[in-house]
Amino acid sequence: MIDIKEYASVIGQNELDELFLLAKKFEGKTLQNINSTAVGGGVAEILTHMIPLLKQLGINARWDVIKGNERFFVITKNMHNALHGVKVDISQDDFEYFLEVNRMNAAEMDFSGDFIFVHDPQPIGLIEKRKEVGKHWAWRGHVDFSKPYLQTWDFLAQYINKYDAAVFSAPSFSRELEIPQVLIAPSIDPLANKNKELPEETINEVFSRFQIDRSRPVITQISRFDYLKDPVGVIKAYKKVKKYVDAQLVLAGGGATDDPEGAKVMEEVRIEADKDKDIFVLFLPPASDIEINALQRGSTILLQKSLKEGFGLTVSEALWKSKPVIASAVGGIPLQIAHKYSGILTHTIDGTAYWMKQLINEPGYAKQLGVNGKEHIKNNFLITRHIKDYLLLFLSLFNPGDVVHL
Amino acid sequence: MTQNGVEFHFKTKFDQTILLGKKAKSVAELLKNIKSVPDSSIYFHTHKFLQQHHYLSPEPPNDFAYWVSTVLSEDALGEGLSSIDVIQFRRIDDLRQSIAEVIEKFLSSGPRNVEAAQGEEFYFMALKIFVLPTPYTAHTLTDFKNFLKLVSIQSLYYHIFDARLRLEQGENDFSIFFRKLGHDRLAEEILRLDPYTHTLEGLRQKVLKLVDQYD
Repeated sequence: MIDIKEYASVIGQNELDELFLLAKKFEGKTLQNINSTAVGGGVAEILTHMIPLLKQLGINARWDVIKGNERFFVITKNMHNALHGVKVDISQDDFEYFLEVNRMNAAEMDFSGDFIFVHDPQPIGLIEKRKEVGKHWAWRGHVDFSKPYLQTWDFLAQYINKYDAAVFSAPSFSRELEIPQVLIAPSIDPLANKNKELPEETINEVFSRFQIDRSRPVITQISRFDYLKDPVGVIKAYKKVKKYVDAQLVLAGGGATDDPEGAKVMEEVRIEADKDKDIFVLFLPPASDIEINALQRGSTILLQKSLKEGFGLTVSEALWKSKPVIASAVGGIPLQIAHKYSGILTHTIDGTAYWMKQLINEPGYAKQLGVNGKEHIKNNFLITRHIKDYLLLFLSLFNPGDVVHL
Repeated sequence: MTQNGVEFHFKTKFDQTILLGKKAKSVAELLKNIKSVPDSSIYFHTHKFLQQHHYLSPEPPNDFAYWVSTVLSEDALGEGLSSIDVIQFRRIDDLRQSIAEVIEKFLSSGPRNVEAAQGEEFYFMALKIFVLPTPYTAHTLTDFKNFLKLVSIQSLYYHIFDARLRLEQGENDFSIFFRKLGHDRLAEEILRLDPYTHTLEGLRQKVLKLVDQYD
């Protein structure tokens, strides 16, 4: 477990002291988080890191997980896809079953927290219990709701509107609601294996293991092999640059090996790479955090050329390593990069190629982008800021007005 | 030594970003919303960059200028909006008026049909601030210097920016304290600083240097 005091070396002692000052307002209070899975997925990852830190701040933080069977999770998977805009019709029967599972969980769950924080659609129906237990309730949608299929959205909106407040990860994910909406971006943990400082020997070891030459420019995209991450587009952009610059390209990421689409994307990537010995396609197993960290730290430029993105935390991870980042202006990425100040935002393969060439040829400017990018992440996208935002969310539920003197 | 029983309580603040559920895809829609959103939204969009990118000098422009330049490629309007001198305003509504006038003038010069691509619209947000006392209370200039070194930049930001415009006091908290201590010239020197042209750390150093000359 990471000692919260270690964060002082990252954010400064005064920032950490002030976080403790804020946490004092929650002395003796219980913050109860509820979601649908204890492992896997972004929400579980955030809570796994955050709960121990909240406890060290003196807050009684709890985490409960609802139970569901296969039918329930098939329905919630369909809801998830519908929220992403896929036209999936869910039957009235399935909506009823979804609510029934929520009610069964509500009947068994101990709602003794002072603040109840429900994550994502799966447990959303627990709010029906509010009449009985009272308390302050907030709901957080972690997925991109910008263009949902309306049948599912309309169903969920009835329940969201029963909470005291809703939280979204990016401005474009928010919808018209009857309750206050708060922006809370996700975060990275600067002390986790994926982000911590690494000795130069570790970086060199990883590069030599994959036979990548650090004496020449290295352009890297870390992401799973998925059409939405556009790995083929990355190779096309790289080929345009390769005519002028002797650079290497690394495409590294994981993904489910039994995912038929993943295998198809890998195949297309291999065809596009066309036996170019300077293109490295690395399929990394789970628990490759140190390798990913090393690949990012040892690269010249990092890319995130997604066609669609949730928040896109890989961009924060890249910027945290003081690297110049070129990324698509989609999802939450524009929140992380101010174009030409803390990174580069592009829309096309040509634009990506243009900026790759520019940044390789202008290392001074590229370095400054990296320095600014790291500072931006330090101030806005670390786990300590995320904790602060959660505390403010619950304080806001009983402190109205634009300016609150505590 | 305590002077006249005057005290300065260092406070700090925490920001919460509120989503207003309003968006604009053209300059005309931007203007319409600028006229109707709450003051806390105008303040947010004219100060967000300053706070999120407080390590940069010169800082990036306000959100309105950034969006019209970067997304709509209306560079002339972007330049007009980014050159609005925020320091001259004592009320947010006057700042809002000035922004609206720049956009109205631009729109009156001819038809504008540029629209943002889907997903790149301007999303209106607002700022809610939570103010907390820190353990530091200064009675003298020496105390003040010592404590100013200890507080976070949010504390500095609150006393310089929020106090003046968000709380519409018209001047920063430091100058008020220095005047109460009888240091009118120091108060004036702090008032003459344009905080919008410094990084926040740079501003802290500048204030410390000025106070040093009078301590």
